[in-house]
Amino acid sequence: MKVLVPVKRVIDYNVKVRVKADGSGVDLANVKMSMNPFDEISVEQAIRLKEAGQVDEIVVVSIGVKQAQETLRTALAMGADRAILVVATDDLHNDIEPLAVAKILKAIVDEEKPGLVLTGKQAIDNDMNATGQMLSALLGWSQATFASEVEIAGDKAKVSREVDGGMQTIEVTMPTVITVDLRLNEPRYASLPNIMKAKKKQMDEKTPANYGVDVTNRLEIVKTVEPAERAAGIKVASVDELVAKLKEAGAV
Amino acid sequence: MTYNAPIEDMIFVLEELCGLKDIAELPGLEEATPDMVAAILEEAGKFASQVLSPLNAVGDIKGLGFDKGEVTTPDGWKSAYDQLVEMGWNSPTADGEHGGMGLPAVVNACIQEMFQGANAAFQLCPMLTQGAIEAVEGFASPALKETYLPKLVSGEWTGTMNLTEPQAGSDLAAIRSKAVPQGDHYLISGQKIYITHGEHDMTENIIHLVLARLPDAPAGVKGISLFVVPKFLITEDGSLGERNDMRCVSIEHKLGIHASPTCTLAFGDNGGAVGYLVGEPNVGLQYMFAMMNNARLNVGLQGVGIAEHATQHATHYAMERKQGGTPEDSGVATIIGHPDVRRMLGLMKSRTEAARILAYRAARSLDYSQRSVDANEKARHQRRVDLLIPVVKGWSTELSVQTASLGIQVHGGMGYVEETGAAQYLRDARITTIYEGTTGIQALDLIGRKILRDRGKAALEIVRDMRATALVLADQQGSSADWPALSGVVSGSAELIENVTNWILEQNGHEPQAVATDVLELFGIALGAWAMGDAALSAGRHIEGRSGTAYHDAKMKTVKFYMANVVPHANALSMIITGAAPSILNLKASDFGTAA
Repeated sequence: MKVLVPVKRVIDYNVKVRVKADGSGVDLANVKMSMNPFDEISVEQAIRLKEAGQVDEIVVVSIGVKQAQETLRTALAMGADRAILVVATDDLHNDIEPLAVAKILKAIVDEEKPGLVLTGKQAIDNDMNATGQMLSALLGWSQATFASEVEIAGDKAKVSREVDGGMQTIEVTMPTVITVDLRLNEPRYASLPNIMKAKKKQMDEKTPANYGVDVTNRLEIVKTVEPAERAAGIKVASVDELVAKLKEAGAV
Repeated sequence: MTYNAPIEDMIFVLEELCGLKDIAELPGLEEATPDMVAAILEEAGKFASQVLSPLNAVGDIKGLGFDKGEVTTPDGWKSAYDQLVEMGWNSPTADGEHGGMGLPAVVNACIQEMFQGANAAFQLCPMLTQGAIEAVEGFASPALKETYLPKLVSGEWTGTMNLTEPQAGSDLAAIRSKAVPQGDHYLISGQKIYITHGEHDMTENIIHLVLARLPDAPAGVKGISLFVVPKFLITEDGSLGERNDMRCVSIEHKLGIHASPTCTLAFGDNGGAVGYLVGEPNVGLQYMFAMMNNARLNVGLQGVGIAEHATQHATHYAMERKQGGTPEDSGVATIIGHPDVRRMLGLMKSRTEAARILAYRAARSLDYSQRSVDANEKARHQRRVDLLIPVVKGWSTELSVQTASLGIQVHGGMGYVEETGAAQYLRDARITTIYEGTTGIQALDLIGRKILRDRGKAALEIVRDMRATALVLADQQGSSADWPALSGVVSGSAELIENVTNWILEQNGHEPQAVATDVLELFGIALGAWAMGDAALSAGRHIEGRSGTAYHDAKMKTVKFYMANVVPHANALSMIITGAAPSILNLKASDFGTAA
């Protein structure tokens, strides 16, 4: 079975995010970028499936600016077999919207014919949590989101999902789209020999036009603001006053 | 505090100040293209900050266990070591033929700085294995290579250097350990001390490289041979055989690097440890010196790495801690707003960055000296690396002690409290000016082997390069710096090196030895000015060509700080060097009184 793993280049999770002065978004100029951590988990899962003999080829895809090739190289160094880079914009502040991404991915799935799409449940930049679900709808495939355990047997996949209030286990029919959660696995480090081998692995460069997809944004960003600073606290004189204040704030 | 690899600065130094692109054109180094190197440093940085750094404080606090000759490393160390081996970080420069990666020394310099900075006590083990690999790769017979190299290169086995004996420290001529021929091998007996990672529980075997004397060996340094002595003997089929007749008698209690076992090893208590001669008899010390450049470069990088980590720690604290009103134009309410705190952090940052450039330039010359196809270029870089090594080793390590000490000062009372973690850098850094040749030994090497022996050729060559930088600086037109002033500092530094070199060449007595350490520091500071001058040129090109980032702005300001706060000390050192020798030599032992 072939598995397709879409990965996104996002602002590194260690970087302190700054909003651009005009409020149009987050400042990404000269900021460290890395693979979306959830996507790292999906790459790791694909490699584990390959090591277990359930997958024979891992194809990673990234859609965005040309620099996303670094993200793809990271995935190749971890153990993916080949990569497809879809250069959809040259503006690093232009975030291609989930529907356009899902359409491109659908076209790639039609071409590549994988038996499984494994991807992060969301990207940590915009937290859309939509691409996997949209792709599943466009393909007419089953979907299993927020996976924290994945077991594939024959044409079924058993997936434990993290939902509000606990865990839910579902069984879906393959082919399927699985979006992965934080606790599924711990991604490996790329080894030095594999980093050096990654350079020689195949990376095809495409554009949205190759897939007949229009990536014009449909959503309008009204404004972006930094979270409010924490306000100073107050001292209360007694337990009664504390309870009264908490009631006042609707906390009890 | 978690170590963060300064990847942006490393890449800037590699690409813009060391000519990485040209290095990648040397035969055998074609893989090291800038994009490949960036990917390698990214992953090495992750390994340093996520695997090695979290074990640094544990190693310091918990230290080592020792019972009946066995050393126990702290929790998590073996697993980190296994990962290091699995990830291929053990010996990035080793020859591909034996399973290495064949990376340039200059790229390995970045990796070593990161790992040493994240966890110096840990990285000492791979560092010594790298030394053992070089000795075997360079001088051992094909049979020894075949038996020992692959597993040393992969890191499945580790290596050690056995030089010191109780009566033979800086003076190795006094070595007494014996080697008696016995068929195809030798029986080694004697006691070695201060053997780093001489015993540990991270690998199944340890390969000791031991200096000892043959029965008919001449006295002094020309009668010392080098032997491979494995902890477990290797059988015909390559598997582990009998335990060799050598054991760890004790480990030292030390000021720092608590998790690095410093062992006393006893060889031959039961008849003699089996050892195999490396290369020819009686030239063991030459072999050791051949590897010394690399080992000393690595200790210099350890100094840079610890200084970097201490600087990050202190900067982090200074950005959080509020104390007293700060000047309004500082823009912050935390102590980093205080001018004196910025002075301290500026000293820490600027000297660390200058030392990094010098160390990487030494590594770059090492690459050219080993791989260039042009004989002149090869010889010139060999002279350059020989000249720079004692400066990099001596200056970077002395700076790391000063930097770690300033780091404590930034923390105030909290820095003196172990809980903060700021003190560990000072305790760990303190050994770096001692092992692999003390600063005094580096200084004697600089004035003796590196200046007097070639009548100042290598030193005056670097003076020419400094003047070339000064000329380019003087030609700059942009507004990002006061270029004539920067040019003046660099040409002034070139003049100091030239004058001091000539002064050394003119002396007939012990004067140069008396002030050798001052000479070494002057070389460090003045060559730092040259390196920082080149950094300003690159940063200025970015700033004025509108490709400048906050990094380039900070670099330019750091260069200006270095030129104003650090370089003037070289003038004072110059006065000391040419004037102070008589006052040192006049002091007789009796003038210090009698130690009752």
